[in-house]
Amino acid sequence: MAPRSATSLFDPAITRRAIIEAFRKLNPKTLAKNPVIFVTEVVSLGVTLLFLRDLVAQNGQALFSGQIAAWLWFTVLFANFAEAVAEGRGRAQADAMRKTRSDTRAKRIVDGKRVEDVNALDLKVGDVVLVEAGQLIPSDGEVLEGIASVNESAITGESAPVIRESGGDRSAVTGGTMVLSDWIKVRISAAAGSTFLDRMIALVEGAERQKTPNELALSILLSGLTIIFLIVCVSLWPIALYSGATLSVTVLVALLVCLIPTTIGGLLSAIGIAGMDRLIRFNVVATSGRAVEAAGDVDTLLLDKTGTITFGNRMPSEFVPVGGVPEKTLAEAVLLSSLADETPEGRSIVALAKSRYGLQEIDLVQVNAVVVPFTAQTRMSGVDLDGRSLRKGAVDSVLESVGLTAGGGPADFRQAVERIARTGGTPLAVAENKQLLGVVHLKDTVKPDIKERFAALRAMGIKTVMVTGDNPITAAAIASEAGVDDFLAQAKPEDKLAYIRKEQQGGRLIAMCGDGTNDAPALAQADVGVAMQTGTQAAREAGNMVDLDSDPTKLIEIVGIGKQLLMTRGSLTTFSIANDVAKYFAIIPALFLATYPELGALNVMGLHSPRSAILSAVIFNALIIIALIPLALRGVPYRPVGAAALLRRNLLLYGLGGIAVPFIGIKIIDLAVSHLHLA
Amino acid sequence: MTVVGWLLVLVILAAVVAAAVPFGAFIARVMTGQRTFLTPVLAPVERGFYALAGVEPSKEQGWRSYTLAMLAFSGAGLFSLYALQRLQAYLPLNPQGFDGVPPDLAFNTSVSFITNTNWQNYGGETTMSHLVQMAGLTVHNFVSAATGIAMAVALVRAFTRSEAKTIGNFWVDMTRAVLYLLLPLSIVIALVMVASGIPQTLLASVEATTLEGAKQVISIGPVASQEAIKELGTNGGGFFNANSAHPFESPSAWTTMLQIWTLLLIPVASVIAFGRMAGNWKEGRSLLVTMGIVLVVGVGVVYAAETYGNPLLTALGVDGVAGNLEGKELRFGQALTALFSVATTGTSTGAVVAMHDSLTPLGGLVPMFNMLLGCITPGGDGSGLYGILVVAVITVFVAGLMVGRTPEYLGKKIESREMKLAMLAILIYPPLVLGFTAVSVLLKTGLDSLNNAGPHGLSEILYAFASTTANNGSAFGGLTGNTLWYNTTLGLAMFLGRFAYIVPVLALAGSLAAKKKAPASVGTFPTDGPLFIGLLLGVIVILYLLQYFPALALGPVVEHFAMLSGKAY
Repeated sequence: MAPRSATSLFDPAITRRAIIEAFRKLNPKTLAKNPVIFVTEVVSLGVTLLFLRDLVAQNGQALFSGQIAAWLWFTVLFANFAEAVAEGRGRAQADAMRKTRSDTRAKRIVDGKRVEDVNALDLKVGDVVLVEAGQLIPSDGEVLEGIASVNESAITGESAPVIRESGGDRSAVTGGTMVLSDWIKVRISAAAGSTFLDRMIALVEGAERQKTPNELALSILLSGLTIIFLIVCVSLWPIALYSGATLSVTVLVALLVCLIPTTIGGLLSAIGIAGMDRLIRFNVVATSGRAVEAAGDVDTLLLDKTGTITFGNRMPSEFVPVGGVPEKTLAEAVLLSSLADETPEGRSIVALAKSRYGLQEIDLVQVNAVVVPFTAQTRMSGVDLDGRSLRKGAVDSVLESVGLTAGGGPADFRQAVERIARTGGTPLAVAENKQLLGVVHLKDTVKPDIKERFAALRAMGIKTVMVTGDNPITAAAIASEAGVDDFLAQAKPEDKLAYIRKEQQGGRLIAMCGDGTNDAPALAQADVGVAMQTGTQAAREAGNMVDLDSDPTKLIEIVGIGKQLLMTRGSLTTFSIANDVAKYFAIIPALFLATYPELGALNVMGLHSPRSAILSAVIFNALIIIALIPLALRGVPYRPVGAAALLRRNLLLYGLGGIAVPFIGIKIIDLAVSHLHLA
Repeated sequence: MTVVGWLLVLVILAAVVAAAVPFGAFIARVMTGQRTFLTPVLAPVERGFYALAGVEPSKEQGWRSYTLAMLAFSGAGLFSLYALQRLQAYLPLNPQGFDGVPPDLAFNTSVSFITNTNWQNYGGETTMSHLVQMAGLTVHNFVSAATGIAMAVALVRAFTRSEAKTIGNFWVDMTRAVLYLLLPLSIVIALVMVASGIPQTLLASVEATTLEGAKQVISIGPVASQEAIKELGTNGGGFFNANSAHPFESPSAWTTMLQIWTLLLIPVASVIAFGRMAGNWKEGRSLLVTMGIVLVVGVGVVYAAETYGNPLLTALGVDGVAGNLEGKELRFGQALTALFSVATTGTSTGAVVAMHDSLTPLGGLVPMFNMLLGCITPGGDGSGLYGILVVAVITVFVAGLMVGRTPEYLGKKIESREMKLAMLAILIYPPLVLGFTAVSVLLKTGLDSLNNAGPHGLSEILYAFASTTANNGSAFGGLTGNTLWYNTTLGLAMFLGRFAYIVPVLALAGSLAAKKKAPASVGTFPTDGPLFIGLLLGVIVILYLLQYFPALALGPVVEHFAMLSGKAY
C-alpha cells in the first residue's frame, strides 16, 4: 500500500484558501443548510445593526455591542473555516487526480476496423477504442481483446503496473490510467463526466456531499435544541421585565448564541468530510458518506479465506515417515522429488527440507536426473535418478502407483493421512521404488497476526465469518486456527448471498469484500461492499466502496474509520451541550446583578463584571470552535475495547471535560478581558 | 432531619418496590393477553364489552388508527364531561342543588380530567354534584389513567417487535387496563380506606353541634371510592378542595402512607412490566434506578430545606427546631410531607398534603423541577414510562454515538425519523411552560391572580404551567386559577401537554415497530447498567435544567438566596 502523503492539518496553502472560503460561505443561501450557524448569522446581523445604532446614538454601549457583534461574526466565520479546511484537504487530492484527466485523445474503432482520432469527452457508452502502449485509457471500460500492463497509479497511488486482459476477473480498466506495454481494445462503459475518476474527484471534493442519515438525525437534534433555546431566550425578556430588569437585545442574543450548540453545529460538516478524507488517505473510496457510517455499524464481516485469512498457497508443516523409515530418508526423498517443482508449494517443501533437516540441494542436470512433471491425469510428480524412482503426489494416485488400492495402505500410513485430513491439511504421499516412505503435511497457512485482529474485532462486537470453497473439515480446522467465529464451507456465490440475507433478516449489518463478477450480487446485498480495484467492473459497480490497494484485510480498518466518524460526532455533541452549564453560570448572574444582587452567589467563577462575563462567554464560545478543528479533522481515536469501555472513556473526556473546560476557559478569558479593559 | 424520618421514607419506598415487582409481572401478563388468576372471572366481562362496542379484539391497529381511536375516545370524554357539568342542575344526584358549572371552568375541568391532570380550579364540595363527581370525574380518573397505560404499552410493544405494522389495539389495551388493573385494586384500596375512617356515602353533609353549641355543616360524600382511584390512577383531584390535607381524605399518617404507596404503585410497576415485556428485566431496572435516584434526592432536598426552615421566621422568635411548618399538617410531619410532595409531583398525581406555596424556596423548587421534567420520576400511569422512554431515546442518541455506532435502544436504531418525533414531543414543553408564563407576567389579568409579588409570584405562575403541561395537577396555591385567562391557558397547556406530546410518541412507536430488531453485541451501547443510569441522569439534569435555568434562577433560586440574606417576598 502506498498511503497518500498526509497533508499537515494546517497546510498554509489550504489555510489561506479556507480563510477566503470562510467569508464566501457567509452567503445565507449556503448557510441555511446548517440551522445552528444560520441562526447565529441572523442574530449577528441584528447585533451589528444595534451596534451601529449605539454608535450613532453615542449611548456608551457601542464598545460592548461592537465587541459582541464582532465575536458573533467570528463564531460564524470559524464554523465556515472549519468546513473550508476540511474541504480544502480533499480538494488538494482532487486537483492531483484531475491533472490526469485533461484533454485525453482516443482512437475510436468504427465499423470494426477503421480507427478515428476523437476527443475522449466525445466518447459514448458502447464505443470501442484501441489503446496502445504509452496512451491513457480515455474512459472506464471493459477489455474486449488483448492484454496489456497498465499503470493505475493515478487512482491507486501504486506505481507497480497491473495486467488487464479480456475475459475473467481482470477485464475492467479505468479512465485516466496508462497502458505501459502491448495494446487492448476497450468497450467504453461510462459516459464522459461519470467515470470512476470523475466520481472520485467529486467525492473527494465533497461536491456531491449530501447529509448522511446519522448527520441528518443529529441536525434534527441540534435544530430542536436551537428552537428550545430560542424560546428560552425570547421568554426570558418578559420574565426579566416582571422581575424588574430590562434586558437588552444584545445580551439576550449573547445568551442565545452561547446556549445553542454552535460548537458541534459549526464542526458537523467538517467531521463528515474529514471522515471521507481519512478513508481516501487509506486508499479506499466510498461512494457515499452513508457507506462510511454503515461501516461503523457493521456486525458481521464476511471474509474470503484465501488471501485474507491465509496466504493463499499451502505450505508443508511436517514430514511423517511410515513403516519404520527414518525421518531424514523421507526428507531427502521429498527434497529430491520436489527440486524440479517450481510451484510455491514445491519451493516451500524444498525450503523446509533444507532448513529443518540440514539437507543440501543438488543440481538435477548434473546427475542426469529425469524429471517427471505433474499432470492432471497422474496427479503426481517426481524424479528418476540412479535407478531411484521418487514420486510425490495425491495419496490415492501414489498408492495405485505402488500397487496398492486407493484408500488402502499400511495402518500407520492410513492413520497419518486421516490425521492430516482431519486437521484441514492436505496429505501428499511419497514413495520410492514402489515403497511408501511417508506423508507430507501441507497446510493452508494462516497469516501470522490475523488471530489477534479477529480478537480485536470480537472485542468491538463484530463477528467474523470465513468464506471458503474448502470442504467443511478443512474449513473448520482453518477457522479454529484463525479464530473466526463462523465459516461458510464449499461456498458458492449464491451461498454468500443467502448468508448475507439471513444475517440481515436477523437485523445485522454485513460487510464483505469481493472482486469477481460472481461476487457482485453479494456485494450489492451487503451493507458495506468493498470491491477490489483489481476486480471486474461489475464488482466495482455493485459495491459501495472500492479499495484501491485491493487488500481485503482492510475491511477491518474501514470499520474502525466508520466508528471513529460516529464517535467524533457524538463526543463533540456531548461536549457542546455540557459547555452550556458554565455559560449559564457566567451569564445569568451577570444579567440580573442589578435587580437581584443575591444572584451574585451563582457567579462561582468570580468574573470581573457583568459585561466582561458575557463577553468572555461569547469569546469562549467562538474560540472553542477553532480549538476543536484539529480534533474534528483527525477524529476521536478509536480503540477496539468494546462499547462500555469506550463510552466510559469518552464520557469522562468529553462529558465531564465539557462541563469543566469552559469554567476554566471563561475565567481565563475574563482575566484577559478585564486586564485589557475591554469591558 | 431524623433517622426515623429517613427510615419512614425508605420503608415506604421499599414497600412500593416489593409490591411493584409481582404487580409489574401481572401488568405485563395482562397487557400481553396472557392468562392471570382474574381471567376466569373477568374474561367474560371483557368479551361482553367488546361485543357491545363491536370491537374485534384480535385485530390490531397501526399507529395511526391507534392514535385516532385514542383521540376519538378522549374527545368523546371531553364533550360528555363538559355537558355533564353544564347540565348538572337538571340532572339527578345533586343534593346540594348546585347550578351548572360556568363554561370556562367546565372546559378547564373537562380537559383536566381527560388528560389525567386533575388540576382543580374549583372546590369540589362547593361546585360539583355527586353525579358529576361519580359519573364524570371518577370515570375519567379510571379511563384517563387507562389511556396512559395503553399508550405506554403500545410504545413498549413497538420496541419488542420487528418489522411490524401494528402496535396493538387501543380498545383492548384500555379495557384491560381498567378491568384487570385499576378496578380490582381500587375496590380493595377503597375498602381499606373506608376501614381507616374515610367517608363513603351519598349524603351531602352531616350537621354537628360543636362544644360551644354552634351548629356546623360538614360536607361528606362518596370520598373513599374517589380517593382510591385518585392515587392509583395518579390523578390527584381531591374530593375536597384541601385535597389529602383534608381529614376526610386522609385522616392519619397511616392513610397518608397508604396514599403514597398507592400513587407510586402503578408507575413503578409499569417500569417493571416494561423490563418484562422487553425481555430483559435489567432494562427496566436501569430506568427505575434512575427514577429512584431523582426521587430520593428530591426528597432529601425538600426534607433538608424544610427542616432547616426559614431563618427569617426563626429570627422573629418562632421555634425553629421543627423547621418550616407553615402550610403543613402537623399529623404528618416533615419526612412524610417531603416524601408526599416529591412523590406526587414525580408522578403526575398532584394530590397534596401540604401547601406547596408555603414550602421554602428550595423545597418548592423540587416539586417544580419534577414537573418541568414532565413527571417522569417515576411518572403518571403510563405517561411516566413513555415519558422516560422518550428521554432514553434522546440520551441514547446523544451518548450512543460515542461508542462509534448508529445509536440503538433495545435493538432499534435511532435515526432521523425517531429523532424528529422524539424532539417534537420534547419541544412541546418550553413554549407551553415558558411561553404561557412569559405572556402571563406581561398581562394585567395574569398578574391580578397573584397574591405574592417578586420571585415568589413568578414561581406561582411557573408552577401552574409546569403542573398543567406535565398533567400533574398539583397547585402551588396562591394563584387564583379560576379566571377566564387561566382557565383557558391552563386548559390549553393540559390539552397540548398531553396530546401534542403523545401523538409524536405514538408515531415514534409506529416507526420503531416497523424497524428490524438488531441483536445486541459487545459493540452495542449498554442500556442496562450503571453507565446508562448515569447518562440518563446527566441528560435529565443538564438538558432540562438548561431549559429552565433562567426562569428558575429568577424564581425559587433568587428567593432562596434572598431568604438567606434576610429578604422575603
